[in-house]
Amino acid sequence: MELTNLTIKEAHQGLKKKEFSALELCKNYLDKIEKENKKIQAFLTISKDLAISQAKKVDEIISGGQEISSLAGIPCVIKDNILVEGVRCTAGSKILENYIAPYDATVIKRLKEQGAVILGKTNLDEFAMGASGERSAFFPTRNPHDLTRVPGGSSSGSAAAVAANMSCYAMGSDTGGSIRQPASFCGIVGLKPTYGAVSRYGLIAMASSLDQIGPLAKTVEDAKIVFDVISGKDEMDSTSVESPKIENCKLKAKSVRSSSSRRDSIIENLRVGVPKEYFIKGIDKEVEKIIKTAIKKYEKLGAKIEEISLPYTEYAIAIYYIIVPSEVSANLARYDGIKFGYSVANQRIDTDTLLDVYLKSREGGLGDEVRRRIMLGTYALSAGYYDAYYLRAQKVRTLIREDFKRAFEKVDFILTPVAPTPAFKIGEKIEDPLLMYLCDVFTSPVNLAGLPAISIPAGKIAPHQNSSEGLPVGLQIIGKPFEENKILEIAKTYENL
Amino acid sequence: MINKEEVKHIAKLARLGLTEKEIEQLQKELSSILDYFEKLKKVNVSRIEPTTHSILVENVMREDRESLKFKLQSPKLLDLAPETKDGYLKVKSIL
Repeated sequence: MELTNLTIKEAHQGLKKKEFSALELCKNYLDKIEKENKKIQAFLTISKDLAISQAKKVDEIISGGQEISSLAGIPCVIKDNILVEGVRCTAGSKILENYIAPYDATVIKRLKEQGAVILGKTNLDEFAMGASGERSAFFPTRNPHDLTRVPGGSSSGSAAAVAANMSCYAMGSDTGGSIRQPASFCGIVGLKPTYGAVSRYGLIAMASSLDQIGPLAKTVEDAKIVFDVISGKDEMDSTSVESPKIENCKLKAKSVRSSSSRRDSIIENLRVGVPKEYFIKGIDKEVEKIIKTAIKKYEKLGAKIEEISLPYTEYAIAIYYIIVPSEVSANLARYDGIKFGYSVANQRIDTDTLLDVYLKSREGGLGDEVRRRIMLGTYALSAGYYDAYYLRAQKVRTLIREDFKRAFEKVDFILTPVAPTPAFKIGEKIEDPLLMYLCDVFTSPVNLAGLPAISIPAGKIAPHQNSSEGLPVGLQIIGKPFEENKILEIAKTYENL
Repeated sequence: MINKEEVKHIAKLARLGLTEKEIEQLQKELSSILDYFEKLKKVNVSRIEPTTHSILVENVMREDRESLKFKLQSPKLLDLAPETKDGYLKVKSIL
């Protein structure tokens, strides 16, 4: 038995039955990382000592005859924009290259309370700004399904690590698709919770009105186990809320015998919307085919498929790339060479004035895409342009929210592709910022409306030269606010087919 | 197309040091992105309220009191700063 192939649920059973110890499990993963990471480059920091000590603690509990929780002793990795006390946290940026996190993010605190084993911190586009992982200031991560392609971004290392069995699950963050798109490219499950469902305390802020932490996992069930642990109100994040208690599954599921005499769950009376604006010119033909086949499968299960319209979709990217840079320009003002992070004050660089310290620290520490967004945001918020850009974008954001609200009066879920293409070649889009921004076309509207959505593997594009098994394609299921449990339930139905 | 002077002005507002070459590059890139934003002008927003957050966000107040937690955390945070003096951050004189 290859221990690194196990899901959270399977590993938990194995630990409980004492088939293997937490330390064995942990060491299997560390060996796997040692072997695989050289080619995939998913890690910025490997926290071996921390992982081993956490695993030993869990083994003590088990040998003491005590019950363990679902995540106890299960190895995970953390996107490197989420703080783990005492461990370096770079956000993929040179400006935080030597920054040691002084406290735990709330999600980390909750995972640790459950006995999680943290293997390391994973690569990302600098400050989570990117859709390919190539914008990491350190190195690009590679897609385990095809090493010449990107794993998606910005949670690039988290997705690649789980897909390559270098971790059982991972934490990521999603501002415009940064959990769902890499999950799609790497063939795993990625959940972006409702805005406010998970505390952002200890997440390095990018765009605070959109950022949300969520899990990447091998199965829908595993994503749910992690989500249940990390969600809920936190006094350290005033935007976090206690999810309204929504019944686990109000969907009428009926079990019948299918021709293969396998028991299938049929979702009766489920109304599913398919937005026509998401099947437009420019979408990869193979992706379109896989998603349409997936939708047909739901139809066969008894769901009523309806074409819906989200007419303001075409403006989502423009709004997103005004609002995000605006919030970025404010959030990243803190990296000034005075309080923490890279500073010319530490270097042998001459500075005469305080202004020089700001200018030169930020010049030396921040990468191209980060600076481009700071410039864009500063422009959009500056005197004379505020109304034309920022305020207008916020108003059209209202129209996007209303689009979804109207749609959800008619349907229970919305099904779409996660991204218009499968994983693309490393270097293919890096020269053209706008081309890279368009990767977020199907995912960013969800963040603008604050909705929950999941990416699940829907199929694979035919094998080719560098990828013997083909490239994965993800299906996005969007739900109503705080209805994560329902999304997870219908995602699981698909997984079980 | 925004001009070079505007790029320099924005960079100064953003406290970003830029080389001459970067200024030229950004002038081109920002202009093409701003052109893309033009499509928003087609939308009639005259009677639409802006959205700042997707959920209702209210100010959360707490009592202003000395906190042991923050007291314990302060030295840790100060350790991260490049220059400190007597428990304060040190910066170059501005007067």
